[in-house]
Amino acid sequence: MPFYVSPEQAMKDKADYARKGIARGRSGVVIQYDAGILFVAPNPSGALHKISEIYDRIAFAAVGRYNEFENLRKAGVRYADMTGYQYDRSDVTARGLANWYAQVLGSIFTESNKPFEVELVVAEVGESPAADQIYRITFDGSVAEEHGYVAMGGQADRVAGVLKDRYSDGLTLVQALSAAIAGLSGQNNGEGTDLSAGQLEVGILARDRVHRTFRRLTGSRLEVLLAEARGGSATPAAPVAPSPGESASPDDDPA
Amino acid sequence: MGGGFFGEKFTSMCLHAGTSSFADLVASCAPDLLPGAAAAVDPAAAAQLRHGTTIVAVRFGDGVVMAGDRRATAGNMIAQHDIEKVFRSDDFSCVGIAGVAGIGLELVRLFQLELEHYEKLEGRTLSLEGKANRLSAFVRGNLSAAMQGLMVVPLFAGFDEDAGQGRIFSYDATGGRYEERPYYAVGSGSVFARGALKKLYSDGMTTDEAVLLCMQALYDAADDDSATGGPDLARHIYPVIAIITVDGFRKLSEADAGEYARSVVEERMSSPDGPHAPLRPPA
Repeated sequence: MPFYVSPEQAMKDKADYARKGIARGRSGVVIQYDAGILFVAPNPSGALHKISEIYDRIAFAAVGRYNEFENLRKAGVRYADMTGYQYDRSDVTARGLANWYAQVLGSIFTESNKPFEVELVVAEVGESPAADQIYRITFDGSVAEEHGYVAMGGQADRVAGVLKDRYSDGLTLVQALSAAIAGLSGQNNGEGTDLSAGQLEVGILARDRVHRTFRRLTGSRLEVLLAEARGGSATPAAPVAPSPGESASPDDDPA
Repeated sequence: MGGGFFGEKFTSMCLHAGTSSFADLVASCAPDLLPGAAAAVDPAAAAQLRHGTTIVAVRFGDGVVMAGDRRATAGNMIAQHDIEKVFRSDDFSCVGIAGVAGIGLELVRLFQLELEHYEKLEGRTLSLEGKANRLSAFVRGNLSAAMQGLMVVPLFAGFDEDAGQGRIFSYDATGGRYEERPYYAVGSGSVFARGALKKLYSDGMTTDEAVLLCMQALYDAADDDSATGGPDLARHIYPVIAIITVDGFRKLSEADAGEYARSVVEERMSSPDGPHAPLRPPA
């Protein structure tokens, strides 16, 4: 057992450890579309969520170790509800929450022996797509503001590569879902590319909703969307343009 | 955020709090934010604070309706003409408040957050009984303030998805929780409202009838209680009406509430005491 470990070495060891842990899990995608923000993650469990509501217009997505990001999710809900209670609901922002997460993860990374093996995205849907905010927070407390789309998890770079080709401003919900599926399928960890409705966790922040804008898309509603998105993925170069009303239905409750 | 309780202690609380109750979280990191926390009031002074008045609720075939007049009084003054005292507490419940408005509104805000917070943390909603019990604890928390004149009396109603019907709960200052069926009223005009409800209620009413019944009861309350406000046609201020069914909560639009209010006022022009119940029940 060494008596002295240089700070550089200690930090590097922790970072390597965290990265390895995160790389074992599958990726997740957050992507903007014309009427909101879409969250997609491969997740066979219907009870243990990777995507969750935090506040009226803010949602949370995470990859990595479940017990750790679940704890962070709950902490985020407490932070948001407390802030909204002390001030006003409109004073709870993704920026504030992302900064707070950065502080929390930063101090856990430096102060504890075991860093959290998680990567988070905090997104807030604005009045217009230009006002949407997406922040990515990594295990050491680094924050990055992202535009359009963000991929996280072990295969993040590869998934982001696919999204980069397929993303453009003003995608419909179906097109955005199609892009997310294209990015997430073909990950060589996990069990192949089965991304059926039962294997996916999908949520949206719907811009036009009032009060709580987050909705999970499940069951038949998700199956219909997936079928339409799959129709589009047959011709990846030219994303299909479904009828204009197609993406206007996120207001429906998931069936 | 920087200062105040958003410091290290708060962060630790957020990460390690073993509770899904928002009120418990507030109590542990910022107890002074709880409603009624600082109470040492002269009862005479308390009477001069803004008070909310009459709330009625009625069960009907598909669920439950709650309605509240729009007046707030401070002593013998009308403090506000358009106060709202009936609120959505979540998708399947609502709460109305009578008594000291300042504490009542805070209590409602805390209650709304309590339900939402639990739902977000646990991924499920509380049962209707569970919600009613949480409200009970909040009312009990205000007991010492209530004994000094800062009384708040909520009325809680919701659609019980397990039982498939609307239910109504009333409270006293000790947090005592009483299920009321099939109708109830609280507040200064409640005596008169309850009389009207008793004479006009019948089982299996439609939504339309239940709303109309609430409107009649509030009119009668306003007729005999100076602290309850009737429909204000001049200012277009009408009772707030909440309807909860298996489809969830909805608040009647101002236009729709106005329609009911105008029709009742119209009828009272020719029959000021309102509809007459038969002297003997139908054979």
